[in-house]
Amino acid sequence: MSSNSHPVIRSSILLGFIALLGTALLAGVNELTHERILEQEKRRVLQQLNAIVPITLYNNDLLEDIIEIKDEVSFRDPAPVTVYRARMDGQPVAVMMIVTAPDGYNGDIRLLAGIDARGTVLGVRVVSHRETPGLGDPIEVEKSDWILGFENKSLRNPETDGWAVKRDGGQFDQFTGATISPRAVVRAIHNTLLYFEANRQMLFETPTKAEPVKVASKNGK
Amino acid sequence: MANSNLKQILADGAWRQNTGLVVLLGLCPLLAVTNTLINGLALGLATMLTLMVSNLSVSVMRGLLKPEIRIPAFVLIIASVVTVIELLMHAFFYDLFRVLGIFIPLIVTNCAIIGRAEAFASRNRPLPSLVDGFATGLGFCITLVLLGAFRELTGRGTLLAGADMLLGDWGSHLTLTIIPEHPGFLLAMLPPGAFLGLALLIAARNAWEARKTNTPVEPITNLVPGAHET
Repeated sequence: MSSNSHPVIRSSILLGFIALLGTALLAGVNELTHERILEQEKRRVLQQLNAIVPITLYNNDLLEDIIEIKDEVSFRDPAPVTVYRARMDGQPVAVMMIVTAPDGYNGDIRLLAGIDARGTVLGVRVVSHRETPGLGDPIEVEKSDWILGFENKSLRNPETDGWAVKRDGGQFDQFTGATISPRAVVRAIHNTLLYFEANRQMLFETPTKAEPVKVASKNGK
Repeated sequence: MANSNLKQILADGAWRQNTGLVVLLGLCPLLAVTNTLINGLALGLATMLTLMVSNLSVSVMRGLLKPEIRIPAFVLIIASVVTVIELLMHAFFYDLFRVLGIFIPLIVTNCAIIGRAEAFASRNRPLPSLVDGFATGLGFCITLVLLGAFRELTGRGTLLAGADMLLGDWGSHLTLTIIPEHPGFLLAMLPPGAFLGLALLIAARNAWEARKTNTPVEPITNLVPGAHET
């Protein structure tokens, strides 16, 4: 950079130098933190999964034993559904699926639903939602115990008619001032149970693949 | 640089030209994340760190920065610093990172930072610039903490909820339940509560100043030339 070069060129070189410096810094920090960030994200997913299936019940690597199922009709979701499989010495213990209730008050409610090998709900947690704070958000376990009410429920407990909020003649409570959010969650969980019942074998036996599995809907609906 | 001068810078940044309460810059994160004390504190600390590092870097490079390229250079420096902080938080304070989410990268748009780079760091030596960054950050952080505490207390009846996200496991014992069985006051937790809380804080600060000087507070305008709220 000679002193008699055009000021625009000098300035450009200087700016480019600062950009290079910034890029080098970012690349370095990214390199240093990359591993740890991945680890943290894994830990977070595992934490969520273990809240539903305790670590004592399985001995496989949950984060590796994953399939993705694309079945827009059964899941009412164009994106593939992720299924984590828990096994004890190779025997099926439970599946955990990230399903979407598309009929929330403010769009999608994403749920993590754990179902054991006999088709009983182990637990449900809300992964993300945009329901109204204070009205619809008691679906979060941090806000109320409502979502714990799904534990030990199955397709026969209650029978089909019971899989609805009380206002619709079912068994599950709605919230004061909010029926739509709990209704959406109840429907999504019931749906997931129906799917599990119809596809239990496939869910446990499909080998882990990177590509989403495309399956014809066998859901009885 | 004389000590009294540094003290002056400290007092200016933290109190007389408090970013949140007087200059009213960076209101977007200020209003958005202050629903609990810990959230406010975390964003306040991240902003403070950004201010210090960016002020220092700008001051070190001030001889090189021609007027016509200084703004893009500031933006580059600030953006790099913020991204580094974001990566570090993602790696080491993951839960907090999830709570603060988009507001960490949005520190870039806090025009208090570019304001200090332009108004102070580009014209002063590194040490005063660092102190100025610290003072401005401290003032902003204190505002965030006060507003967060106010909203958490009125909205949920607790203080320091979620301290474990910042301090590790032992922080979970720090949560104070000030009002047991608090039914939850939604207004305080939602954005309107932030506006009301900020207004109360500004009023309290003005009242304090007025009492001290016994004169009505004059409205302060345009302390940071060339900076506009985004």
